[in-house]
Amino acid sequence: MSSSPLHVWSAILFVATLAVLGEVMIAAGMRQLGDLDELRSRRGLGGTIAAVLTNSRFVVGALCMALNFFSMLFALSIANLSLAGPAIAALTYIGNAVAARFFLREHVDRRRWLATLCVVLGVILLSR
Amino acid sequence: MPVKHVLRPSQYAILLGVMLSASVGDSFLKRGMEQVGAVNLRHLGLLWHALFNPYVDIGIVLLIGFFSLYTTALSWADLTFVMPATAFGYVVIALMGRFWLHEHLSLWRWLGILLIVAAVGFVAGGPSRTGHPELDRMDAGIGR
Repeated sequence: MSSSPLHVWSAILFVATLAVLGEVMIAAGMRQLGDLDELRSRRGLGGTIAAVLTNSRFVVGALCMALNFFSMLFALSIANLSLAGPAIAALTYIGNAVAARFFLREHVDRRRWLATLCVVLGVILLSR
Repeated sequence: MPVKHVLRPSQYAILLGVMLSASVGDSFLKRGMEQVGAVNLRHLGLLWHALFNPYVDIGIVLLIGFFSLYTTALSWADLTFVMPATAFGYVVIALMGRFWLHEHLSLWRWLGILLIVAAVGFVAGGPSRTGHPELDRMDAGIGR
């Protein structure tokens, strides 16, 4: 690998940011729509799919996830999988917890912070 | 104050589907891409060829299923509740590697599995949905 550490970590941070943005926007869209089972009982399967696909937050989130996929390919072309994989996963889990607390107004209590920390450490250990 | 919601059995089934579909889908994609061969900029045509591989096709169907189940789960549960469920997929992949492919799992990896299982246990004992009902109602009114 000839890329500098700054270059590699910038790419990793960019991929993780897109993942967090995508997941938070999709979660915000789904929260806005409410329980999809209830929605399906009112509007049917076609109406539910249409409601999801026309929700602007969901569409922006899905676009971010698509961009995340291609930026991940770029990141893997300049960084080792053993570094990029766990680093992106760990940063995404932490970023999601922070974003869920401040943007989705979720009640992230001590139990959920502890769970996030366990997932981050677990992902890092599994990649060893 | 956080609002508590009790999950229905069908919702637990959806969370189980989230856990299994991504990891099993990834395994099928990996198996299929091993048969297709390495794809690089000089051999991008192999990506088209990959679409005719049955393992790749099953993997794609499973990952579409994962995305549908994941978005459904987010319609009635918090992101910070669903996240550890998706992380459990890493455990499924590691256990599939150990018991199906007979790969060696180091002590560190067993410790990683233990931590992710603990994380799922932590959130499973709490509410699936939290937030502020008034703000959520205002939020739901926008863009409808």
